[in-house]
Amino acid sequence: MAEAVVAQESEHFSERGGVVEPYFWVAPLVGGIMIGLASAALMAFNGRIAGISGIFSGLMLPAAAGGGENREERSWRAAFVGGLLVGGALMWILLPGAFTMMIERSRMAIAVAGLLVGLGTRMGSGCTSGHGICGLSRFSPRSLVATVTFIASGVATVFVVRHLLGGGV
Amino acid sequence: MSASSSGTSGGSTWVQLWVAFGAGLLFAVGLALSGMTMPSKVIGFLDITGDWDPSLIFVMVGGIAVYTVLFQPIRRRADQGKNPLMAARFMIPSRRDINPRLVGGALLFGVGWGLGGFCPGPAIASLPTASLSVLIFVVAMAGGMGIWGAIERSLKSSAES
Repeated sequence: MAEAVVAQESEHFSERGGVVEPYFWVAPLVGGIMIGLASAALMAFNGRIAGISGIFSGLMLPAAAGGGENREERSWRAAFVGGLLVGGALMWILLPGAFTMMIERSRMAIAVAGLLVGLGTRMGSGCTSGHGICGLSRFSPRSLVATVTFIASGVATVFVVRHLLGGGV
Repeated sequence: MSASSSGTSGGSTWVQLWVAFGAGLLFAVGLALSGMTMPSKVIGFLDITGDWDPSLIFVMVGGIAVYTVLFQPIRRRADQGKNPLMAARFMIPSRRDINPRLVGGALLFGVGWGLGGFCPGPAIASLPTASLSVLIFVVAMAGGMGIWGAIERSLKSSAES
């Protein structure tokens, strides 16, 4: 059933005419609920914020560059990222449509995008999960400011890329 | 970061690791169902002036609704000085200051997100698809994180000297 809903959303996208399917909100809502549950579990059991940028950087970077300082800091992160990868692989098998609808971007643009996401999430101490889900739920003023800012920045960027530059970058 | 501490100290137990793994797995399943792993959907969500696709609002609604409710008893537990169910202490951020780094970082992140259509979680969860774009993004993201680490280190050392 989830596949049908995702497929419907794919059809909706190619129609480019606004929302037409009545149940377009179901899969996103269910997905969001799962993300919320997973994040709450990480806090309840492990006492950690489910901020992917912090989890990933803590795992990948050496301690001197801001990464995890000891084995404990790295091991739960490795387990979480391992779960992300296994979950991603599982969904790639069960629901491959969830990984379609890529965008036309040059490799340089993708690299620049990744670089900015890495730099910006560390500088700003969080991303959509850390600030947008966990932070807003904790009524954190910092997360509110961060979330409003990165959404506004994303909107402005899409405007420039799609409407001023014609989309091809 | 405020830390409530009691109970045993020490490294991660097997159960802690399995819970973290399970949380990551559920998180990735949620990301895939939600549409966050589809860059064109993310761009569509951010394309407010154009062909707006509001679907991803419901991801935030679902996530925030659940976390807000479940965080309350967890917070109470932390405030009582108890430890998490499987770990030695809570690490709940306690900063409240809004500074240029927070805003500047969010601005840069937003540009990258709007340009590439990926944020960290979906990018990592998409690695198993063996897409070259995803790999480039994740490697570049790690690079960007390292660059900030270097900047932070040099800022600290120039502040101390």
